Amino acid sequence: MIRHQPRLRALLSAGITLLLIMGLIASQWLLGDTPQQMQFDARLAPPSLAHWFGTDALGRELWARTLAGLSISFWVGCLAALLSTLIALSLAALAALSRRLDALVSLLIDTLLSVPHLILLMLIAFALGGGTQAVIIAVAATHWPSLARVLRAELLHLRQAPYVRISRALGKSRWFVLHSHLLPHLLPHCLIGALLLFPHAILHEAALTFLGFGLSPSQPAVGVLLAEAMRYLTGGYWWLGVFPGLGLLIMVLCFARLGSNLRRAL
Amino acid sequence: MLNAHQLSFQFTAGVPLLQNVSLAIEAGQWVGLSGDSGAGKSTLGKLLAGYLTPHKGNVILDNATLPTSGVQPVQWLPQSPELAVNPRWRVAKILREAWTPSEAQCQAFGVQPHWLSRFPHALSGGELQRVCVLRALAPGVRFLVADEISTMLDPITQVELWQALKQKAEQRRLGVLVISHDTALLKRLCTQRYHLSNAQLTPIS
Repeated sequence: MIRHQPRLRALLSAGITLLLIMGLIASQWLLGDTPQQMQFDARLAPPSLAHWFGTDALGRELWARTLAGLSISFWVGCLAALLSTLIALSLAALAALSRRLDALVSLLIDTLLSVPHLILLMLIAFALGGGTQAVIIAVAATHWPSLARVLRAELLHLRQAPYVRISRALGKSRWFVLHSHLLPHLLPHCLIGALLLFPHAILHEAALTFLGFGLSPSQPAVGVLLAEAMRYLTGGYWWLGVFPGLGLLIMVLCFARLGSNLRRAL
Repeated sequence: MLNAHQLSFQFTAGVPLLQNVSLAIEAGQWVGLSGDSGAGKSTLGKLLAGYLTPHKGNVILDNATLPTSGVQPVQWLPQSPELAVNPRWRVAKILREAWTPSEAQCQAFGVQPHWLSRFPHALSGGELQRVCVLRALAPGVRFLVADEISTMLDPITQVELWQALKQKAEQRRLGVLVISHDTALLKRLCTQRYHLSNAQLTPIS
């Protein structure tokens, strides 16, 4: 039944995602410094009732580290997706102002789309010296082009709408037309765009950190956990990679589903 | 006086839609324009209102070209009112975008007070068209291009709309270009009529 009701599906995935976010935020308060606590008598312990997800090489609880990692990823992803959407929206608005600016913005979009994502990400994160801020800026600076392209096309289409032309003929400025006619129309697009950017952003954050260009190894970020797990994987310590990876997958899927369900519903 | 001087326009190269078309509308004058579908009636209307730029020729209003900013003295009224209003705005806001008509002015066009709080989709085409016509009568407007504005209305509403517009136009000495397929309507409203075909404008006596 739900299959044919896009609004219900969207509501359902919004509920699940909201629960996930609330769980992550609550876990930050409840965990305290559990993710950093070492237990030398329980190093590399496999999953059991005492150690739910097992422990790492320093005897730290993996469930606590996974939750902490996911909440770091969540905040980084949120900020990066938000910044990316703002950049996309501003550039699309700029493109709507004049033909020359439009050509310039299109050139910028095409240039960025033609460069492989990860290389640019690494270059920017490296140039900014790594760390949380660098990751957020690098992800935000590389993820806007596809959304900017959609928003620009929508704006160009809307600019020709009779009511927009009439508004200009009634003496309204370009700025007025932009913020009272065009931008409110784009808000749903922006919301969905940001939601669909979010999983990309956290995956790339994890990838950057995994490659050593991102967050510092002292933080229990998912990328750090996965990079550490690589060293122990051949020893048969599978839980080190499986649980953080699964957590990341679930979070990414939740947001991706929410984004695509909302797109169908709105 | 609104003067279109030797206008030429084409959408596809080599296929002229209008060729050396000249037209003059005086203040207070009602001019009718008829022609087959696709003959270029709406295009001529849009050229006069400054929505399109002619490839040759120019539109002159009292010895000057049309202004590029501020309230345009020549307003275009499209056939479909639902495309002419922001679907997210209430009627009051739609009207206020141009000017704030008094209650009497609203009454003259049959715009009811309880419409003001509604969204466009909650009004019928005819009701919305009246809102659009009223909006276009902002201070500073001197000419109207009415592009088949009554085609979708029932006969009684048509008469009411044209009567209200006629009265307002006489008061303010507005020049009106009425674009329509309806010969009887044009005969009744306009002192001067033209027929557009084969990219040329011919006066109808």
